[in-house]
Amino acid sequence: MRYVNQPIRKTDAMSLVTGKPVYTDDIAPKDSLIVKVLRSPYANAWVEDIKTGNAARVSGIVCVLTYKDVPQRRFTLAGQTAPEMSPDDRLILDRHVRFVGDAVAIVAGETEAAVDKALKRIKVEYRVETPVFDIHKAKDNPIVIHPEDDWKLKIPLGGDNRRNLCASNVEEKGNIEEVLAGCKYTVEHTYHTKANQQTMMETFRAACYLDHFGRLNVISSTQVPFHVRRILGNALDIPASKVRVIKPRIGGGFGAKQTAVCEIYPAIVTWMTGRPSKIVYSRYESQICSSPRHEMEITVRAGADENGIVKAIDVYTLSNTGAYGEHSSTTVGLTGHKSIALYRNLDAYRFSFDVVYTNTQSAGAYRGYGATQGINAVESAINELAHKMGMDPVRIRELNMPIEGGPLPAYGDVPFATSCTMDRCMARAKKMMDWDAKYPCRDMGNGKVRGVGVAMAMQGSSIGGIDVGGADIKLNEDGSYTLGLGCTDMGTGCDTILAQIAAECLETPMNNIAVFGVDTDISPYDSGSYASATTYTTGTAVMQACESMREKICALGASMLETEPDQVMFDGAFVSDGEKKVSLQEIALKGTCGCSQELQVVRSYSSPISPPPFMVGMAEVEVDKETGTVEMLDFVAVVDCGTPINPNLARVQTEGGVAQGIGMALFEDVQYSENGKMRNNSFMQYKIPSRMDIGKIRVEFESSYEPSGPFGAKSIGELVIDTPCPAIAEAVYNATGVRVRELPITPEKVAMGILADQSENSLCR
Amino acid sequence: MNISFWLNGVYRHEEVNPDMLLLDFLRENGCPSVKRGCETANCGLCTVLMDGKPILSCSTLAARAEGKKIVTLEGLQREAKEFGSFMANEGAEQCGFCNPGFIMNVFAMLQELKDPTEEEIKEYLAGNLCRCSGFVSQTRSIQKFLKYKKAQEGGE
Repeated sequence: MRYVNQPIRKTDAMSLVTGKPVYTDDIAPKDSLIVKVLRSPYANAWVEDIKTGNAARVSGIVCVLTYKDVPQRRFTLAGQTAPEMSPDDRLILDRHVRFVGDAVAIVAGETEAAVDKALKRIKVEYRVETPVFDIHKAKDNPIVIHPEDDWKLKIPLGGDNRRNLCASNVEEKGNIEEVLAGCKYTVEHTYHTKANQQTMMETFRAACYLDHFGRLNVISSTQVPFHVRRILGNALDIPASKVRVIKPRIGGGFGAKQTAVCEIYPAIVTWMTGRPSKIVYSRYESQICSSPRHEMEITVRAGADENGIVKAIDVYTLSNTGAYGEHSSTTVGLTGHKSIALYRNLDAYRFSFDVVYTNTQSAGAYRGYGATQGINAVESAINELAHKMGMDPVRIRELNMPIEGGPLPAYGDVPFATSCTMDRCMARAKKMMDWDAKYPCRDMGNGKVRGVGVAMAMQGSSIGGIDVGGADIKLNEDGSYTLGLGCTDMGTGCDTILAQIAAECLETPMNNIAVFGVDTDISPYDSGSYASATTYTTGTAVMQACESMREKICALGASMLETEPDQVMFDGAFVSDGEKKVSLQEIALKGTCGCSQELQVVRSYSSPISPPPFMVGMAEVEVDKETGTVEMLDFVAVVDCGTPINPNLARVQTEGGVAQGIGMALFEDVQYSENGKMRNNSFMQYKIPSRMDIGKIRVEFESSYEPSGPFGAKSIGELVIDTPCPAIAEAVYNATGVRVRELPITPEKVAMGILADQSENSLCR
Repeated sequence: MNISFWLNGVYRHEEVNPDMLLLDFLRENGCPSVKRGCETANCGLCTVLMDGKPILSCSTLAARAEGKKIVTLEGLQREAKEFGSFMANEGAEQCGFCNPGFIMNVFAMLQELKDPTEEEIKEYLAGNLCRCSGFVSQTRSIQKFLKYKKAQEGGE
């Protein structure tokens, strides 16, 4: 293939490396009002009185908005397909503020200095109430976080606001208790993963202006332009047809921008004042009032027979959605569906969950979307089970892993594993890591021990039966093509990848295709870039659109050659009937002159299934037995994403996802004070990995061929963050005998564990 | 207050507020490549050169530019294209938001270190955060660029 499976440069790469002004704040109207938000200092309080007169009188202030000025129809900021599963539990400004950082007032003015001054002059009288922080005490607590009568679930999944419950459910197959009772070996442990911030380098931001039709135009750094259009319509209580959303280049998203975190504020300012406005979140705001990963506590019971066949897995997830329910009932599902499915021989499984409200910032989508938390728990439990049996953790996986054509228990989005090379991934990783020589550990003789750990992972490729990909391919007068897209390249390179697919299908050079997106007025509908959907779903839409385009080119070419369409061939440059030929340029030009046949195809595609990509991750760490410091030495990632459409970009996705996973495993931990104030509200306290912290990351592909995907492709974006946490926890255990079940694995936890366990079961004393 | 300084080779006289940060001044004066990623001098996105040395423009008052030579990526377009093409070949640019600050610091590093090892590269650039790439492809780009430069010098 000429373009697919080739390491082609991103089409926008040179603009990015030369620092061109392509992001939201670079192209926001120069006369934009500056919009900022006054934030609650209390975790649970009611605004009794708010005085804005002194603020409004500050020179340069254009408007000060409070809860009295906003529409009273509740909505959600989560950006998923409608009807959205997250509860309608928000107002733009609410009298009831539910976490430290919740919005109290909106100020817009000519300069940042004026707005900062005005913010200080707003006088608020709060009635402070006791907050709920403990996830174990939230359900059925007498303090109700959403007591309002108009709290609404559009798709009920056991949620009840009177019980602080966003969702609750039980799914089971077989008799879990009976099968567990019959297992020779069983384990039961609880694993606690913390909230993490996505910390994309470009913080949340949006700019708004009214056009000459009086419509609200929104330039937004978002992953979900079409959902933002709907959300703004709901929030402002205006028809979505009054809203147009434009997505320029985005400085990273990782799921954070699958929630409309900041768009509502400039939107209401511009809608009410008629003036252009913009909001640019500080890093501080992006830390304290955004959309982090759901904190989860997951209890796993797993059992195996005497031969190491895993017979039963029981997963209970307690998820913390914070003050609002964005993505809460959907993320939690993945904690069971994408972890239990890694073990094919189950006679029984059960998956149950509760998602609770607490008075902390609302959680949201973050790469992995619950699968990361669930896989950490199940993979850790299986590692513990292997140790209990005296079996190599690689061996227990070889006996139980998903195989092509085999079942994926609890995963309802494909009938069986349609494409899977997990066995090859494991064999390759084992060889790359030199597992047999290194497992479990090596004492380096200097107070340091090296250990290795393993984990498997899977994700989905789109949300089966829901996500819609859109492609609009157009042949231009000069024989070039324009590919209109509604999905959002957030740096991952999907604009390039989809152009590669189009170039392959149309047999035309990459530079003959201009990619356009996203503008909700012009682009084809697309759910957006999330759920690992873009390459798989939109890629198929592109492929199908290009196939139709070829037919149109052949039809017009044939009529120009005065023959029938089935008598001609198209090679990308010419349509010929074997004797005569006509060029693509001539056909394109013909399309603009006396022609009633449009040379344009718009195609939507939604996959009924969601074939999982698979991977194996292996970590090697070095632990200092004195200090508990864990140093990453090596991480081996072997991935089955089907055909990598662009091997370079797939590799960088993997390297980036693994590094993010290392951050989650070792450093990142959203913490609150006893009053609910976020402690690590800057990069000074919230440590993400630097290039000194990640050791070596080595990536290889063991590609299967997914028949339902474009050119055999599946997804990769989220999968790659799922293995570092359990693999690193296992490596630390193998090095020290200390099992850290609450992330992150800090030196303190390891050192205290070593002290407490001096050390009966330490393998490498 | 009035200041005079060189910005990307052009001598300029400007009136600035005493509390204006260099980062904000640059963004408002034709240098949108300069980005803000945090407020705590941790991310490196706002790196520019002052008299040839890398500084964080988020933590530098515009007034400090008095008499100095300030260079941003806008002033090094040819070099940015040359080095940036090595990033592009690896897919290392990703979302691109951290690229300008990172590339400025790479240029500073290459001024200081003739033939940096992998460890020296990581150490020098430790203050340039990137959330997309996991850094590995950035290191690959630098190493390949160094090799290309060496071959070029050898050929001359």
